[in-house]
Amino acid sequence: MLYAILCYHDEDTVGSWTKEQDAAVMQKLSVVQDKLTQQGRLGPVARLLPTTAATTLRKEDPPLVLDGPFAETKEQLLGFYVVDCKNLDEALDVARDLGKANPGGAYEIRPVGHFTPGGVKP
Amino acid sequence: MTDTAWIDAALTSARPQAVGALLRYFRNLDTAEEAYQNACLRALKSWPQNGPPRDPAAWLIMVGRNVAIDDIRRSKKQEALPEDEAISDLEDAEEQLAERLDGSHYRDDILRLLFICCHPDLPATQQIALALRIVSGLTVKQIARAFLVSEAAMEQRITRAKAKVADANVPFETPGAVERSERLTSVAAMIYLIFNEGYSASGDTAEIRAPLCEEAIRLARLLLRLFQSEPEIMGLTALLLIQHARAAARFDTDGAVILLDDQDRSLWNKALIAEGLALIDKAMRHRRSGPYQVQAAIAALHARAEKPEDTDWTQIDLLYGALEIMQPSPVVTLNRAVAVSKVRGPQAALDMIEPLEKRLSSYFHFFGVRGAFLMQLGRNDEARTAFDRAIALANTSAEAAHIRMHLDRLQRDSQPKGKKAGK
Repeated sequence: MLYAILCYHDEDTVGSWTKEQDAAVMQKLSVVQDKLTQQGRLGPVARLLPTTAATTLRKEDPPLVLDGPFAETKEQLLGFYVVDCKNLDEALDVARDLGKANPGGAYEIRPVGHFTPGGVKP
Repeated sequence: MTDTAWIDAALTSARPQAVGALLRYFRNLDTAEEAYQNACLRALKSWPQNGPPRDPAAWLIMVGRNVAIDDIRRSKKQEALPEDEAISDLEDAEEQLAERLDGSHYRDDILRLLFICCHPDLPATQQIALALRIVSGLTVKQIARAFLVSEAAMEQRITRAKAKVADANVPFETPGAVERSERLTSVAAMIYLIFNEGYSASGDTAEIRAPLCEEAIRLARLLLRLFQSEPEIMGLTALLLIQHARAAARFDTDGAVILLDDQDRSLWNKALIAEGLALIDKAMRHRRSGPYQVQAAIAALHARAEKPEDTDWTQIDLLYGALEIMQPSPVVTLNRAVAVSKVRGPQAALDMIEPLEKRLSSYFHFFGVRGAFLMQLGRNDEARTAFDRAIALANTSAEAAHIRMHLDRLQRDSQPKGKKAGK
């Protein structure tokens, strides 16, 4: 079974780390990640940019683009994609296409700051 | 994190919201600040024992308000204080309060708090000092240090600014759309001023003043989270992020300025640049351009170039042209001329800035840039005169040192070729 581990934290706190503190945390995490990588068990790892960089597409008809992160509490996180796009407009086009195939709910579009593709063999 | 570290972090991030709401209740800055301080003292006692509240800001507002009301009652009637538990036991009350305080209320509270610091009668430095004290919660000592003045002088400056603000009668009703937008513009300008206070510091004081840049970014992000669809606030935040990303590369070990072209670009902070670029991307979708967005777009073009020669100067020239229309100023034209010199050569750039001399006759950068164009044209004597003038007008030793470097280069270049080859 593949498991997704979703990371939650107070972004003000994480954002106020100094470069050194940030690097120290990333270093400690990489020890855990390296072990998993050697075992062929680690899939993609992504660090997202802050929620101020987020845009939300409500999958209504027609779809509605809103600035900011997805803030409702009545829907639940059910999945995610990582897509390579030139810019936000291109990412929104992808999200619109996906939304046509599966209307209802919303997509939050967040630029990825750091990404390693990983190589899991399920 | 240790107890005190997370409490510190929680108090700092809840501060604008809590003081803003308390100001709305009491309509008096001193009472609001005192109420907040008292709530913090209670938090330091209560949180380590009971754990963090679900919503620290709501907790601080509630406790701060209760304590202040008790103080007012006590001073009026000499009544007995309620039991401490009556205030500390907030389990249910907190939930109700959190529900009542909806997002839009918070938004206007924080905006009002920032806005009263931008009183037009206050000189820029006082606006900034007041915002850092009231909104950011920096101590007078920290602010004095960043401004390189004594603590007593800063204390006096803040007290005077507060007195002026108290007389200003900022309305406490929820602002209308037009008024909100005006407040937002003033506040954005003030955040930009805070950033510039830190950014324009010279090498020897840059480290002491860097916290001003970080605080400005924190406030810009806060504002953006409150006003998520304002392209100019996205632009402002992007501009600050991208400029601050270059901090580590801007000065050499002696504190002298390193120009953009000569900076070690591997020292630029990639994460801040990525965030800035993403924000510009978001802002552009609104098709409502403004000065911050244009400046951010210019900064982004520099940040995108891996080598100085990759810089898209044509696009930068066009963006400065747009900025000249939005915000006509000889300084903008001067900056544009630098881009023009790269695209159309130094003569075109020189022609562009000649008419500015009268208005910029006491501006250090004007003579620095003019000297550089003349030097590129091989008019070395005139260049030397311009550089001498720039040194006389320099505000900091780092600025002067930078111009002296140009003069040294002129000196070297005017020596016979044979000597130069040996270097």
